[in-house]
Amino acid sequence: MTEKKLEKITTRIWNETAEEDNPFAASACYCAGYDVYGDLLGKASYIEYLYLLFKLERPSACQAKLLEGLAIALANPGPRDHSVRAAMCAGVGGSTHASALIAAISVGAGNLGGGREVFTAVQYWQQCGLDLDAWSAIIKEPPVEERADVWTPMEHPPGFDPNGVSCPAPVRQTLAYLAEISGAENLVWLQQNRSKLEKIAGLPLAMSGVAAAAMVALELSPEQSEILHLLLRLPGAAVHSLEQEKLGWRKYPFFGDGLKLLNDPDPVRKEVDGVES
Amino acid sequence: MNGPEMLESFEGNWETSIGAWMPAEGKVYLRGKEVLTELKDYRWHRYLLYGVTGRDSERIARLFEGIWLISCSFPDPRLWNNQVAALCGTTRATGVLASAGALAVTEATIYGLKPIKGVMDFLYRTEKKLKKGIPLEKIIIEELKKYRSIYGYGRPLRAQDERVTPLMEFARKLGAGKGYYTDLAFQVDEYLSLSKYGYSINISGVAAALMADEGFNADEHYHLATLAFTAGVIPCYIDAKEKPQGAFFPMRISSVNYCGNEGTKKWGDLA
Repeated sequence: MTEKKLEKITTRIWNETAEEDNPFAASACYCAGYDVYGDLLGKASYIEYLYLLFKLERPSACQAKLLEGLAIALANPGPRDHSVRAAMCAGVGGSTHASALIAAISVGAGNLGGGREVFTAVQYWQQCGLDLDAWSAIIKEPPVEERADVWTPMEHPPGFDPNGVSCPAPVRQTLAYLAEISGAENLVWLQQNRSKLEKIAGLPLAMSGVAAAAMVALELSPEQSEILHLLLRLPGAAVHSLEQEKLGWRKYPFFGDGLKLLNDPDPVRKEVDGVES
Repeated sequence: MNGPEMLESFEGNWETSIGAWMPAEGKVYLRGKEVLTELKDYRWHRYLLYGVTGRDSERIARLFEGIWLISCSFPDPRLWNNQVAALCGTTRATGVLASAGALAVTEATIYGLKPIKGVMDFLYRTEKKLKKGIPLEKIIIEELKKYRSIYGYGRPLRAQDERVTPLMEFARKLGAGKGYYTDLAFQVDEYLSLSKYGYSINISGVAAALMADEGFNADEHYHLATLAFTAGVIPCYIDAKEKPQGAFFPMRISSVNYCGNEGTKKWGDLA
């Protein structure tokens, strides 16, 4: 009998050896050469392992501390955050727990505070580095993509809050901490030039901007930064969804009086609401 | 057979009667029919019905298309699944991410796919018990005792379901709505609405009864309903996307009603 050609997955990340009694079960798993269950487990912290998965090398103490600080800063955007609200919508309706995270990822993917904003902001960092004039130019004249894409163009400079007034304390505290523990050139520069950048943008720095700068300090690509941002913000979505599942839909905002139908064809209700179509 | 032998037998080997794309010939097959010739003139719901169940009926396709429209296409962004889509619009995520997130959330308990599947299962289980001679009242009370509610009956926010009458009118036009399960579903409704529980039949109860009368099982009914909410979801995304970023029901700090520990703590303090 001729053996069928085995189609293979190509990866630099992961290698396995097979158990003697089962070619479908691993006897050892290696991540970037490290024996995950025979060596790394019990020695590496979760954050070190996460870094290893993305970068295929052990982090320095400083890099691990930076990623850990970023992970804590992003872990729970709070129940008012759009992505967490999406997860809570799953919770209150008794939807599957997986759907809470799927919803949080969908909503947390966008140009406003989401993964795509971080992706674009990291691209800006790659282009502008520590050159304030370059930042000024790109903020004032952002690149325009000629072709249509599923992502619509940014409506604000990435990394800044289009609805903000001043830079909120948690954003400033996170930036200060990450700059201090990492000593990363771009984070220190961002802290020193935050006010100037905010003046150019006409908007305050947002947490997504700090996250993007930290991703750059960790030498992550825009793609890695986008997906890591999505991943790191899930814990808050998870716990808030579980909490609201217990509380139920009656205790969750439905905005019952918040919707006005502008083209209501019912003349009676239109009169009562005083809304013109 | 299971274990490594089973896995080995499937290794690089997927045998199926469902369908395939034959790139060399430029042909597509679904359940033994050629899509681009035999099925190309089908309405989409008939094609979906055929793909999901293998049944080929223009009348049933029209019936479940109507069930989708009347039951599941509410374009109100406050509804929990639609909220996900509207939130995607407000954060400028993509349209497909909005639909995917919202559709995942439609597998809910108080609405959506769990009641849709659950009430058909209830009707079939009830029929079996009735055949054993158990009175309907006893079956209903035991179901309520065990599960506290019955899928397909009762509804958040509004006691009577405004969709029941239009759907029944629509179904009757197609010669549906007169079968055993529809009758059974409304018998349960009559009992529950007059009981202390006061539950009325909701649209998932009616839809399941109509589809049970057409001979579908609960899994088929579930699969046919998977995409039913999309026509309500997508407009909610578009609406929020056309408004300013972050404008979908923004919530200020004081809109959080914190009910946890009083005071603040220091991380270094003893627990």
